[in-house]
Amino acid sequence: MAEKTVTILSQQGLHARPASLFAQTAAASGAEVTIAKPGGAPVNAASILGVISLGLGHGDEVTVSVTGANEDVVLADLVTLLETDHDA
Amino acid sequence: MSETRTLHGIGIGRQLAVGPVLRMPDPLPAPSDTVSELTAAEETERVNVSLAAVAADLMARGERAGGTARDVLEAQAMMAQDPTLKASIADLLAKGKTAEMAVWTAFGGFRDMLIGLGGYMAERATDLDDVSGRVLAHLQGVPAPGVPDSETPFVLVARDLAPADTALLNLDKVMALVTSDGGPTAHTAILARDKAIVAVVGVAGAQELADGTTVIVDASTGIVTANPDRASVARAEDARDARRSAAAAPITDGALADGTAVPLLANLGSAGGIQAALAAGAEGVGLFRTEFLFLDATSAPTVVEQREKYRELLAAFPGRKVVVRLLDAGADKPLAFLNSAREENPALGVRGLRALRANEDILREQLTALAEADGDTESDLWVMAPMVATVEETRYFTALAHELGLRTVGVMVEVPSAAIGAANILQHAAFASIGTNDLTQYTMAADRMLGSVSNLQDPWHPSVLHLVKMVGDAGADLGKPVGICGEAAADPLLAVVLVGLGATTLSMSPAALADVRAELRGHTREEARALALVALAADDAADARTAVRAAINNRTPHTTQKEEHSS
Repeated sequence: MAEKTVTILSQQGLHARPASLFAQTAAASGAEVTIAKPGGAPVNAASILGVISLGLGHGDEVTVSVTGANEDVVLADLVTLLETDHDA
Repeated sequence: MSETRTLHGIGIGRQLAVGPVLRMPDPLPAPSDTVSELTAAEETERVNVSLAAVAADLMARGERAGGTARDVLEAQAMMAQDPTLKASIADLLAKGKTAEMAVWTAFGGFRDMLIGLGGYMAERATDLDDVSGRVLAHLQGVPAPGVPDSETPFVLVARDLAPADTALLNLDKVMALVTSDGGPTAHTAILARDKAIVAVVGVAGAQELADGTTVIVDASTGIVTANPDRASVARAEDARDARRSAAAAPITDGALADGTAVPLLANLGSAGGIQAALAAGAEGVGLFRTEFLFLDATSAPTVVEQREKYRELLAAFPGRKVVVRLLDAGADKPLAFLNSAREENPALGVRGLRALRANEDILREQLTALAEADGDTESDLWVMAPMVATVEETRYFTALAHELGLRTVGVMVEVPSAAIGAANILQHAAFASIGTNDLTQYTMAADRMLGSVSNLQDPWHPSVLHLVKMVGDAGADLGKPVGICGEAAADPLLAVVLVGLGATTLSMSPAALADVRAELRGHTREEARALALVALAADDAADARTAVRAAINNRTPHTTQKEEHSS
């Protein structure tokens, strides 16, 4: 399992388009991906409803965990998405 | 061919459309919670087929729509295929629920969760409801709720439209709107006026129109003709084209058939509408609402911030009249820095000038900013106070505005007491501007926001028109201008009646200017006065409308052939 804790840099948090992109990427990876708030239960990152239900805002910390083939590459891609300001 | 039928409603504008009906399906009822007669595996298969079909349809619609609509539709497609949602549905199916109940319950759970998160998330709940409705409709083999999707233009027939529906209207495809519910001031009517969509609202029997039925929708008469014969269709198409070219006729200043000038002005809610107003030939601004400067603010905007906005507005209308209404807020339109405790009856509480007076520093700053912007620009700035009820309030406001350097200071007439007392009020004000929406609300004691009394919310009501006449008469006696700046001025026929009652200018959303301009050209001042008397004598709003139309039809033909004006 590959895991990393990152800060969300998108101005509008992980809603709307950033959330769609993140869930799409997680689903397309074929790996098992979860995302969790510190101390919170992990949710399926391929679920857009699961992701937006976390209500993640700009500056929030999250932990992304990936299990499966190419887990390090998948994790790096997802982390890049979270650390990109999609409105910039 | 089916029998020709004639349905009656209230027309918005004076344009006409001919086309096939497409009905907006009613919202699906909640499924009943019965035990499924199928196995869980069979129900799962049904759900999966419907979810996949809806997701594919949403993706395809996204491809066609492009732009930001595509992002929304693709996100909705993902919701339909969401693994968390599917897991929740599977749990419910395992408990013996029907596919319909499982979908309804699972989507409902996520919808409530989104609403609980508030803000942006809560707005997404509507998207989720839309997906849920589509899946349920697919499961039951019925059309999806919401505005129907069609490759060819159609006449949309609905009970009424929700704001969310109207946002999705494709104006290239919707030729006309026909609703069975809703009055002339309801959301749908305002939208239709704003976007210049041919519309007839409040049509009894509209729900019986079947998909594909050819209808003639004539907003000028409020008549919807179903299954017209070929000759009627040809006549209607000619009339439609003639009215379109009349509306597209070269822009002239507003005037009656005898040349009497009736300046046509624009209602604006922000500086953003200036270009549309100028393009539509607005001769100035009859109502500039200033709420937009304050609504999203947690503190009042500064004098400098306000002055820049006013300067932008005034600079666009050099040499023209621009009437600015002071902040119209109250318990019905709450503002963080200007409130006012919760009230049982906000419409009758501390709003308009009453609220400004309770926060005189805000009033003074707004007037100061306006006076400074006026000094920098060439337009003719008039200012007016909202919700004035008494002579004393008039004197207070005009004295303060003069003290702060404004020259032309007037009042809005929205409260019946101001209309009845207009002869005294206009002694102290430079002009009056009648806000017909509120004047109707207060005269008829019918809440503007309450659909169940929308039949009373009709400015054609003779009692409202009597009040307009009192203001018109007072203005004429004192040589003071009397404008109209409510929805009523955007109704072409009512606009003529209002001029007959003494209105000297009409202000409306820019989209309505062309139709009103064309209608005014068909009537002399004497004729407008005669029509006003006909309307005043009527029993109620519907009667007034019918009687005025009949009076025009019975007139000698010289001014009734409006259709020919363009040729």
